[in-house]
Amino acid sequence: MRNRVLLWLALAGALLAGQALVPTLAQTVAQNAGPVTSLRGEIAVDETGPASATVGQAKPTAGFGRAYRQQPPLIPHRVDGYQVNKDFNKCLSCHAWPQNAQFNAPKVSETHYATRDGEPTDEVSRARWFCTQCHVPQADAEPLVPNAFKNAREVGGAFK
Amino acid sequence: MDTMSEQGKAPGALGRMWRWLRRPAVAVASGTLLVVGIALGVAGWGGFNWAMELTNTEGFCISCHEMEQNVFVEYRTTPHYSNRTGVRATCPDCHVPKDWVHKVLRKVQATNELYHHFLGSVSTPEKFKAKRLELATNVWKGMKRTDSRECRNCHDFKSMDLSTQEGRASNLHQKALESGGTCIDCHRGIAHQLPAGADAAVAKLYQALGYKLAHEEGYFKGNGGNGGNGGNGQ
Repeated sequence: MRNRVLLWLALAGALLAGQALVPTLAQTVAQNAGPVTSLRGEIAVDETGPASATVGQAKPTAGFGRAYRQQPPLIPHRVDGYQVNKDFNKCLSCHAWPQNAQFNAPKVSETHYATRDGEPTDEVSRARWFCTQCHVPQADAEPLVPNAFKNAREVGGAFK
Repeated sequence: MDTMSEQGKAPGALGRMWRWLRRPAVAVASGTLLVVGIALGVAGWGGFNWAMELTNTEGFCISCHEMEQNVFVEYRTTPHYSNRTGVRATCPDCHVPKDWVHKVLRKVQATNELYHHFLGSVSTPEKFKAKRLELATNVWKGMKRTDSRECRNCHDFKSMDLSTQEGRASNLHQKALESGGTCIDCHRGIAHQLPAGADAAVAKLYQALGYKLAHEEGYFKGNGGNGGNGGNGQ
């Protein structure tokens, strides 16, 4: 008998707690009517928030090296404002053969001078045109999440 | 009234004043001429310059949709529109000379642009794009010929402290200063986008003008060349 009373009490308690946790429709609507929260935070769209902290660009003089054989090399300089669109590619002004030697810039890999069917081309393939899809600059900042990343050579295996 | 006095009747007060105005003493005549002349001159000169300055504003430039919808929107994403220090260079700062003689000459040239505006030569984005390389080449040529005169209104080598620049920029500016290089040699497409074939067109233009480009001069070799910031441009 005593157990049964306890059981009923527990059930009633759970039900009340559940009701408290599950918001009513009215509550949901009230919450959604509040200010929109986005990546901007609580700042309304017509207000100006504080400037976000800027992060510098990592510029190792000898480049970043690669973490594994097939890794697209990273960019060791700033590229803000570089025009890379259908018409023009600022990266190629220096990195394309033959002027790369005069600019003392690493040459774009020959693998980039072929159509997807393997037909050789004299211009960087349109499939490879947008450099920063693979080659990216690096912020001069601590990792956001602590980690114990090791490159392919450090962990050994197929790349050793 | 004049005919009345010639008929022999004694002129009234009004008539005398009229006669004095018609045939004043030499001193009064030349004095009046001088004063009125100066007043008209000041008003005319001031008015001319005022009107010319009106055509020297961003608002005037983008009152044509060719400017507003093509080059202006591109410019708005660049450092000459918005930057760290809050100094802005608008259209005429770069595209119209500051000194009077060159400014008036440029304004006379601009009548050709008016003509093409009414002709609709670049009235659509497609037409503009098709003509863009030619138009850009005109600007590069002009800038090279005038030693980037409009850039120099703000960016003068004499007031440039190379020691506070980043290593790469400092090095290249030093070389440009020594060999008589000019801004447009490297800094193209800084306020507007570059058209397809821009690099080849520049190489051709410099060859025709008898100049060498920075990388052809070997600016990027040796200590000026490792790593660094892109080089040609920005």
